Amino acid sequence: MFAYIVRRILYAIPILIGVNLITFILFFMVNSPDDMARAQLGAKQVTPELIQSWKEDKGYDKPLFINSEAGGVSTVTNTLFVQESLKLFSFNFGFSDANRDIGSDIKERMVPSLAIALPTFMIALITNISLALLLVLFRGSALDTSMMIIAVMIMSVSGLFYIIAGQVLFSKIWHWVPISGYESGWSGIKFIILPVMIGVFAGIGSGVRWYRSIFLEQINQDYVRTARAKGLSELRVLFGHVLRNGMLPILTGVVVVIPTLFMGSLIMESFFGIPGLGSYTIDAINSQDFAIVKAMVFLGSVLYIVGLILTDISYTLFDPRVKLS
Amino acid sequence: MKLALLWTDIMVWFLVISLLVWSRVIARSPQVKKQWHTIFKSSIAMASAIILLFYLLFTLLDSIHLRFATLPTETKSEQVQYGEIVSLLDLLFTHNIESTERTYSAPFATHEYASSIVVDENGVTKQENLPLKHVSDGNNIVSESIFAIFIGLIIGGSLIFVHMVWRKKRGFKSELPWRTAYLTLLFLVVTFTWFYMLSYHYHVLGTDKVGGDVLYQSLKSIRTGVLIGILTTLIMLPVAIILGVSAGLFGGWVDDVIQYLYTTLSSIPGVLLIAAGVLSMQVMMDNNPGWFETTLERSDLRLLFLIMILGITSWTGLCRLLRAETLKISQIEFVTAAKAFGVGKLTIIRRHIIPNLMHIILISVVLDFSGLVLAEAVLSYVGVGVDPTMHSWGNMINQARLEMAREPMVWWSLFSAFIFMFILVLAANLLSDRIQTVLDPRNKS
Repeated sequence: MFAYIVRRILYAIPILIGVNLITFILFFMVNSPDDMARAQLGAKQVTPELIQSWKEDKGYDKPLFINSEAGGVSTVTNTLFVQESLKLFSFNFGFSDANRDIGSDIKERMVPSLAIALPTFMIALITNISLALLLVLFRGSALDTSMMIIAVMIMSVSGLFYIIAGQVLFSKIWHWVPISGYESGWSGIKFIILPVMIGVFAGIGSGVRWYRSIFLEQINQDYVRTARAKGLSELRVLFGHVLRNGMLPILTGVVVVIPTLFMGSLIMESFFGIPGLGSYTIDAINSQDFAIVKAMVFLGSVLYIVGLILTDISYTLFDPRVKLS
Repeated sequence: MKLALLWTDIMVWFLVISLLVWSRVIARSPQVKKQWHTIFKSSIAMASAIILLFYLLFTLLDSIHLRFATLPTETKSEQVQYGEIVSLLDLLFTHNIESTERTYSAPFATHEYASSIVVDENGVTKQENLPLKHVSDGNNIVSESIFAIFIGLIIGGSLIFVHMVWRKKRGFKSELPWRTAYLTLLFLVVTFTWFYMLSYHYHVLGTDKVGGDVLYQSLKSIRTGVLIGILTTLIMLPVAIILGVSAGLFGGWVDDVIQYLYTTLSSIPGVLLIAAGVLSMQVMMDNNPGWFETTLERSDLRLLFLIMILGITSWTGLCRLLRAETLKISQIEFVTAAKAFGVGKLTIIRRHIIPNLMHIILISVVLDFSGLVLAEAVLSYVGVGVDPTMHSWGNMINQARLEMAREPMVWWSLFSAFIFMFILVLAANLLSDRIQTVLDPRNKS
């Protein structure tokens, strides 16, 4: 088990190098340090000397991939790509265009992101699974059919609609909750309720359909027929057999998402003015702050890979047949 | 007058032609034909298909661009000057493009939405809602509507009649739900004629902040949405198929490399990768202003790049599925037998692998379509979507979103964008559901 995890982590390194290479190509080849210097220094008369000193200041004066001047190993290592990657691998994200430490910004903004993402995730998981079980219990009935039609309709509406409609109804017309904002601590709940509810509702259509199809696949299996034949009630069959055996495919889809919850939701956070990582990213995109976007890409990939490893580990916990080696 | 070819136009028409060719090809196989027959036996699938075709029609109308010669001015030489690029849809709605109001007006309104301060002839300052410039008071909306609906019924009815005669002639004895199809068609045609005829005297869906007609904007947005939905798939399909099949079939280091490639790409959060791509593309386009002549060409190029970036980020899922399925198929006896007979690898792929992957490809294409249409709105909101000057539902929502704070609300712009999007996505979802139920071999029982 331990050896397996170590191997998976080692396997993650080439992937992260690949991620770095992609972001590097996007940010430094297409948008060369010279372009960045010009954008940073403003459109007024920029002399080559100014650009040069800016590049030296930021450490962008090295060649991109191959440093032919330096001999030996440093032909490869003393380059922009390796230097930038090493910084990222040590989680040193550097400074944003506004000269703020990106690392501490991220740490600070993680909490508000989680305050929205975690409750949304938990409530959505519970509602979706219970609704799906309910539909499977009444499968083929009018309730099942009509709920499935409603689910397709919920899926077909743009997520932006739910946010805007929710804000207008609950905040503007009925004044139940403030329209946007954030506060830490328990007093902040009033800000969190609406985004969480909207997040849960927007995902209910696809979620219920997905869980329902997983359970329906189980329900046609032989062991379910056996369970029924030995006289178990339908409810016992559902919870004791169908739900437990449906756990494995559910885990595949769910566990991988958990670490990425840290990244927050772009849309939700920017609509509700929550100072999390999602709105951080959006602001960075809008102000074309490449350093932040790069840091977020790296962070997102790391979290995704952590999610994949967690998925494998959770398999062994839920299915004794799976052995990691 | 000359034809102006935009990049996306070429791709759309290429896609339509290849779809037609493909449908000819599959019509030869009785088995596949029967499958499609089963799909359209469901009246929901039939109605959805008609709605999708209607959207496609608008896309195609909006994908033929023309440039008209402007009247030569005296200072210029004989060289013909060309005006703005317009599409066929623009020509249909010339009256709405030219008749912009000053600002917001509600659907079917005769006066502006917000009151403005005016000084009348006696020098008294007062607040009143100014009348709209292009709506005359004398119109009777009821009689006009009845007339429009009547015309709509005639057009729709004659279309249906032509089709019925054609069916009779061909002697089909099919049990397809034609009645549902006809009703859907009639409904769409009547609604559109009603909107269209009234659009000469009213702003049917109101006007936006700068007085643009919302109906026209919503119709123009169809092209953007549909294009992003289908062209992305067109770009992504060959990559996904080639890589997926070779990974599954050849194994070894080919498999390793391809797996590494898609794991890496899919580990980057989708929106961020798209954002990074779009930001870099913007810089690139700013550095190369010579790539486009007009703003329309510029926004078209940007749309094309966006579609490419979406394609690059979205092939990984399908590739993974295809690899797994190819692995499974290549273990089956008929492939082993073909290999034993010395059939070439390419022939095996063409004859045995690809036909057995078709259902996965098709299902993922229709499933992706609705997701991409919805994603466009979100991306435009984030600021990495289509060009801000381009008509798209995302841009409409983005511009109208701030107006929700107004009292009373300006709801029609948002509402129209959401409704147009909802109908398209709902139809696509319903059709894809049906295709999935029929084609997925697991549902055979």
